[in-house]
Amino acid sequence: MVGIVIVSHSEKVSKGAVELCYEMADKDLKIVSAGGTEDGRIGTDAFLIKEGIEEVYTGNEVVVLADIGSSIMNAEMAIDMLDEEIKGSVLILDTPIIEGSIAVAVQASISNNIEDIIKAAEDAKQMKKVRNE
Amino acid sequence: MITSDMLLNIIENMAHVMKENKGYLTELDAKIGDSDHGINMDKGFSAVLEKLSSLKGQDCGTILKTVAMVLISKVGGASGPLYGTAFLKSAAVVKDKMEIGGQDAIAVFDEAIKGVKMRGKAEKGDKTMLDALIPAYEVFKESIENGEDMVKASFKAQEAAYNGVEYTKEIIARKGRASYLGERSIGYQDPGATSSYLLLKTIWCTLDKV
Repeated sequence: MVGIVIVSHSEKVSKGAVELCYEMADKDLKIVSAGGTEDGRIGTDAFLIKEGIEEVYTGNEVVVLADIGSSIMNAEMAIDMLDEEIKGSVLILDTPIIEGSIAVAVQASISNNIEDIIKAAEDAKQMKKVRNE
Repeated sequence: MITSDMLLNIIENMAHVMKENKGYLTELDAKIGDSDHGINMDKGFSAVLEKLSSLKGQDCGTILKTVAMVLISKVGGASGPLYGTAFLKSAAVVKDKMEIGGQDAIAVFDEAIKGVKMRGKAEKGDKTMLDALIPAYEVFKESIENGEDMVKASFKAQEAAYNGVEYTKEIIARKGRASYLGERSIGYQDPGATSSYLLLKTIWCTLDKV
């Protein structure tokens, strides 16, 4: 299955997102939180993200969802530091972290098709929550 | 010529300067960012400081690479991967070298800037550390190529970086948290450009005292 790594500046947010995902996702799906710094501050840590990616990598793709600021930069840094074998399988998704994580986790529970997972992330970005009719 | 011992000395002073300016940089960041720049820089450089004694006698490449890895793992904010990449890229230029000559220094500076650009996907004028670093690099290169020594060149570099920091007050932030503020970011100097200036000033101050 596709692995999922959720990166937030706040460890509580990324852990909460993982929790929300498992409400709906297949329990065998590997979803990990890589949020906050190693000493519990608000921030992101490239090494923590790298470990997260390695943890969920099973030979299929790994998708990374990140919030704002340095999280994307540190996710890219983490990918740069990976072994060549894993590096090409990792993708950062451009999507809101909570909505995107849930959509991606549900889609990844249904199929391994990476295009469908990318589409689910894209759709989550466009999703309309309030309709003024 | 900067020997590996002088390089260690520069880095040690950088750590002290970051500690002294922890409150100042955080205050600047509170106005247009997430109020953590000084805290993060101090956190990173304090961890660097702890590693320095183990680096005595090592080549310049190893020293710079170690600084990079510590900053990447300890900083937490965007300055971690940015400065980390800058140090990492410059480390490759002086791999196995015990001294950094004028031409090496130009290459180190150039690679550092390329690293920041690559990691941050920013350019000059985006209100980032590049607004201090790029003008500093340009005058540094010119000074060395005109036959001036490293002290003179690094003095001119930090002066240009200072002017770069002043320039960031006039422009809109296009990168990082400050970009959320749009036009409201005008009037405030960029904290990243400010820390870059302080680091460059530390290089000059250290070399000037040797």
